[in-house]
Amino acid sequence: MKRVFPYLLASLLVVLGATVARADTASTTLLNVSYDPTRELYTAYNALFAKHWKAQTGETVTINQSHGGSGAQARSVIEGLEADVVTLALAYDIDAISSKGKLLASDWAKAFPDNSSPYTSTIVLVVRKGNPKAIHDWGDLVRPGVAVITANPKTGGGARWNFLAAYAYGLRASHGDDAKARAFVTALYKNVPVLDSGARGSTTTFTERGIGDVLIAWENEAILTTREHPGDYEIVVPRWSILAEPPVAVVDVNAKKHGTTKLAHEYLAYLYSPEAQLLECEQGYRPRLTSVYGKCKTHFAVTDLTTIAAFGGWQAAQARFFSDGGIFDQIYQPSK
Amino acid sequence: MKPDAIPGRALALGTTVSIVTLLVLIPLAVVVLTASGLSVSGLREALLSPRALAAFRLTFVASLAAASVDLIAGTFVAWVLVRYRFVGDVFLDALVNVPLAMPTAVTGIALATLYAPTGSAGRVLTTIGLHVGYTQLGVWLALTFVGFPFAVRTVQPVLAAMPSHFEEAAASLGASRAATLARVTLPLLGPAILTGFALALARALGEYGSVIFISGNMPLRTEIAPLLIVTRLEEYDYQGAAAIATVLLVASLLALVAINTIQRRLAVARVA
Repeated sequence: MKRVFPYLLASLLVVLGATVARADTASTTLLNVSYDPTRELYTAYNALFAKHWKAQTGETVTINQSHGGSGAQARSVIEGLEADVVTLALAYDIDAISSKGKLLASDWAKAFPDNSSPYTSTIVLVVRKGNPKAIHDWGDLVRPGVAVITANPKTGGGARWNFLAAYAYGLRASHGDDAKARAFVTALYKNVPVLDSGARGSTTTFTERGIGDVLIAWENEAILTTREHPGDYEIVVPRWSILAEPPVAVVDVNAKKHGTTKLAHEYLAYLYSPEAQLLECEQGYRPRLTSVYGKCKTHFAVTDLTTIAAFGGWQAAQARFFSDGGIFDQIYQPSK
Repeated sequence: MKPDAIPGRALALGTTVSIVTLLVLIPLAVVVLTASGLSVSGLREALLSPRALAAFRLTFVASLAAASVDLIAGTFVAWVLVRYRFVGDVFLDALVNVPLAMPTAVTGIALATLYAPTGSAGRVLTTIGLHVGYTQLGVWLALTFVGFPFAVRTVQPVLAAMPSHFEEAAASLGASRAATLARVTLPLLGPAILTGFALALARALGEYGSVIFISGNMPLRTEIAPLLIVTRLEEYDYQGAAAIATVLLVASLLALVAINTIQRRLAVARVA
């Protein structure tokens, strides 16, 4: 067994070498770990920010992006993906990086204005051309014969917003009756023929496979879909929906290690600047700065939005609706 | 110890052990260790909830069904590839490996596009009342697809090495074709066929990528056990995920060990 040693040593050296090589490339590179639909947004924003940073400091900055399901991305960061900043779909996932990964303070949401959400979005309905099933609001989704496409809220961040938007409708339509809200979402999910694991999967099922009469989607995804397939789909803005606030945060421990704290902070703070807000608006996200609405070509319908605070924040909502045995699981209990 | 006739025993063995340890044993140990942190009630909840039971049932039944079909189809295809020469045989031979080479997500998306109720194959099948896309049948189809190369590739070399004069001798001694197949060919191929079955089964038990696109992922109906693992991870429930993974691992391992044991028995019986 003595002879095993050189081989173990050799592989150890390879691993070590790779680690050192990574640590060397610090200072003016930044890693932004984000969720799926923001790929186009951050590609555009990174170019804008690089110009801004160059003008301010004279430094050239390279920003790397990583995209995937919000929860999976948070897990990667917890397990050692050295993100300087995270821009995810739900506060719950950044909370996990704080509580399980101990990589940033638990009050991270206070670091930037508006709960550290520089832009917002909401949940809307997408129907096929001409709206053949006459879908105008949430209530139409539980009609028999209407096939609804949404992802599994247990595996997708966007899908959790979808569920809560539907539940919020159920509550408001019944003047706050929890039992009726539950009956509503139960009926709605009975009309779901396919539960994809993430929001992009649902969009594919609806557009490429032609399954379903209505897709529950992020507003920015819906806008993107109607731009990509002009004339094929229509967006139906429901009377009530939910205010989705995708949060951003500096991963303190990693940024300090890379010496990028100042850069990371500016990268996120600049998301609130008028130029960036206009860009976010163009990309289909609702900017916080209302003054840019007039200049941006995206039209956002006015709709009445419930906030996550109505559910007691993400921790409470997660425990009540999406934990093991929670309300979402109860919908799928075998009928006794 | 007497020096071995074959040189380099210590080096070879040492290297083998370290490779297997680094690549297989350590990751497996981490999974089992993570799961072992669960309390009994936590374990019961992770493995025995109606949803987990339904997922396990689907995964095991669909995997067994897929491996069984692979066994028959794979043996047949291997037979044709070895025993006959025809135009395009080399191409066909290479084609068998495609399920191994294709990214599983691509497989899943391709199958879903074909077999969804709106897909070209799905439309035809729906008219005769056969629903494949987003049903348990879809799960079985994806698993059969990914396991198929294992069944062919394990039987093929054994069949190629098996001289046809065994079969010719049987025929010349008056055995019918069916008897030759049943008494001579298949018994000789038995161990290889079993290995193919076990490999296809083990692969199917853990398959995720290709299935989730065509299964529809409905809890209690078309949700497979590997998807439950991802679901648990999404809740940051590493232990629950590891518990489910351990069950799948043990099942795969048992299948492989059982097949190995049967093979040794068969080999001993044949020598005796």
